[in-house]
Amino acid sequence: MIANIPFIAVALLVIVGLYAVIFRKNLIKMIIGITIIESGVNLFLITLGYREGSIAPIYTSAPEGVMAYPVPQALTLTSIVIGVAVLALMLSLVIQLYRHKKTLDVRKFGGDDQ
Amino acid sequence: MNGLETIMNHAPALIIAIPLLGAFLTPLISRVNEKLRNVFVICILGITALLMFVLASEVFTSGPVTYVFGSNLQAVQQNTVIRILFEVDGLSAFMGIISIILAFVASIYSWGFLEKETGLDKYYTLLLLMTAGMLGMVLTGDLFNFFVFLEITSIASTALIAFWTNKEKAIEAGFKYIVVSTIGALFILFALALLYGQYDALNIAKLANSITFTFLDKIALILFITALAMKGGIVPMHMWLPDAYSRAPASISLVLVAATQASIYGVFRVVFTLYGNVISLPQISIGWILVILGLITMLVGVIMAMIQTDFKRLISYGAVAELGYMFLGVGTGLTVIANSNPQITLISQPFAFEAIKGGIFHIINDALDVGLLFMVAGAVYLATKETSINKLGGLARNMKYTTIFFIIGLLAISGLPPMNGFASKLLIYESTFQLNPILSIIAILSSIMLLAIFVKIFQSVFLGPKIPKFDKVKEAPKSMLLAMGIVAAIIIFFGLFPDLIITNIVEPAANALIHNEQYLQWLIGGV
Repeated sequence: MIANIPFIAVALLVIVGLYAVIFRKNLIKMIIGITIIESGVNLFLITLGYREGSIAPIYTSAPEGVMAYPVPQALTLTSIVIGVAVLALMLSLVIQLYRHKKTLDVRKFGGDDQ
Repeated sequence: MNGLETIMNHAPALIIAIPLLGAFLTPLISRVNEKLRNVFVICILGITALLMFVLASEVFTSGPVTYVFGSNLQAVQQNTVIRILFEVDGLSAFMGIISIILAFVASIYSWGFLEKETGLDKYYTLLLLMTAGMLGMVLTGDLFNFFVFLEITSIASTALIAFWTNKEKAIEAGFKYIVVSTIGALFILFALALLYGQYDALNIAKLANSITFTFLDKIALILFITALAMKGGIVPMHMWLPDAYSRAPASISLVLVAATQASIYGVFRVVFTLYGNVISLPQISIGWILVILGLITMLVGVIMAMIQTDFKRLISYGAVAELGYMFLGVGTGLTVIANSNPQITLISQPFAFEAIKGGIFHIINDALDVGLLFMVAGAVYLATKETSINKLGGLARNMKYTTIFFIIGLLAISGLPPMNGFASKLLIYESTFQLNPILSIIAILSSIMLLAIFVKIFQSVFLGPKIPKFDKVKEAPKSMLLAMGIVAAIIIFFGLFPDLIITNIVEPAANALIHNEQYLQWLIGGV
């Protein structure tokens, strides 16, 4: 049961993030929701490669013992970098929107005719 | 080994590397001279297109090409794939050709279309990045790599959709697009993590070989299809598409069509190749799901298109409807194949293969037709600065060539002979009729409605009385006419010689979908 806690946390993070994206009306909060989903997915990847009591996978003068699997960590790093780029882009778009509209409330955005 | 041979051996890597390198050189060259930069971008895309064509011809004649990144060592060691692979089979090459043609045409079109704009060095950088991302998506043989290229594409296209930052609607469309595509990409990452946790592999061929369709695999399949269909703009997840297409500059709408189709390619790749070994299990009816999604997409697309008054928004809904045909064709084929052994099915029910061929052929036809219409809409916008079709009128007097190109696009998108849309739609009608007549009735009905809608635009934009405001409207610049001319020529060529295209390009792609053992063979043979 204890070993499953990270997976439960992953599910919770993804659900909370989705909730924020779908039901929050503030653009910044939507962005926070997206980053929460992202954290959930990253946590999932990291958890997949974790073994109890394992050491970091660095071969130079490594102590005896089980090594954590390095590939998921590499994937997570890549995903974090991409996440930062997306976050920066989203925030810059929100800044531009705020300059035009003076509000962050999605309900105040006109939307197109259809 | 001589130089040319080396280049050919490394073609899959170079197709990604050249636009990437070009993207970051563009701002530097932009400092020297603006015209030089435009020529440079066109050259970069031209070279990439050339490489893509050569690679594609190799793939179409002699089967899939695998390219291993890194050293000369074996990619598979102790039953684990330890390197990143690019795997180009018929379908990848087919999609690569579409992407590069549209990107190349867009770069020519941009010259005239955005002449008076500022910030073009960034525009061209992003255009090249987006091209590299799309090509990466279709060429890669690794799921994580697919995710990375997907994100590159969506970041670049978001920035391009919001290119006109002085227009609030454009930024809104960009924001909508990035929210949808980021969530989609995160779900793809989640799904691939589910597969990775079970089979310890990210390589598509390796995964396809070991997949057993557990409960987690089913969840992963659902996540993949949902996320990719969302990115591909399939109804009911299409709400971002009309905004993004209609608010982006017309040259970008054109490339966005290809980016959307790269996601559709993702759906087909996942269903047919990744889950290819288990897709014929009786309890799965992914084929019907694709068919139903396709039907809804077609109907909603055309019905929404009817009530639009904005020129580009109307075409965008037309583009949504066109996406439905691809799902309908390929889904019909999958439904039949999934019912029994593929080899037996193909002999007893040949229409399954016809349906897949129609669906695949329609991908390239849709890209060209919708692309041409977007370019015409861009030309009209540039000349009149007006997008509402109610305010436009009588433009045929001053814009002769644009009108001709619009007629070609109109005939092609509504599937009338002798244009290319007719060839692929006829294949889809004929084959879906044998699965269930209702499918082809709905498909024909939506085509007729598309024709009605576009004839309406033709009438209200190009015909009608002279409007004094548009008396001094000029024909579009030469580069735009050239870009439209290229696409129109390809459309007519495809329409006149559909057999040539189907046997040489479409059939290898359809074969690649059905016979996933081709995709997996290098695993046994070793690279």
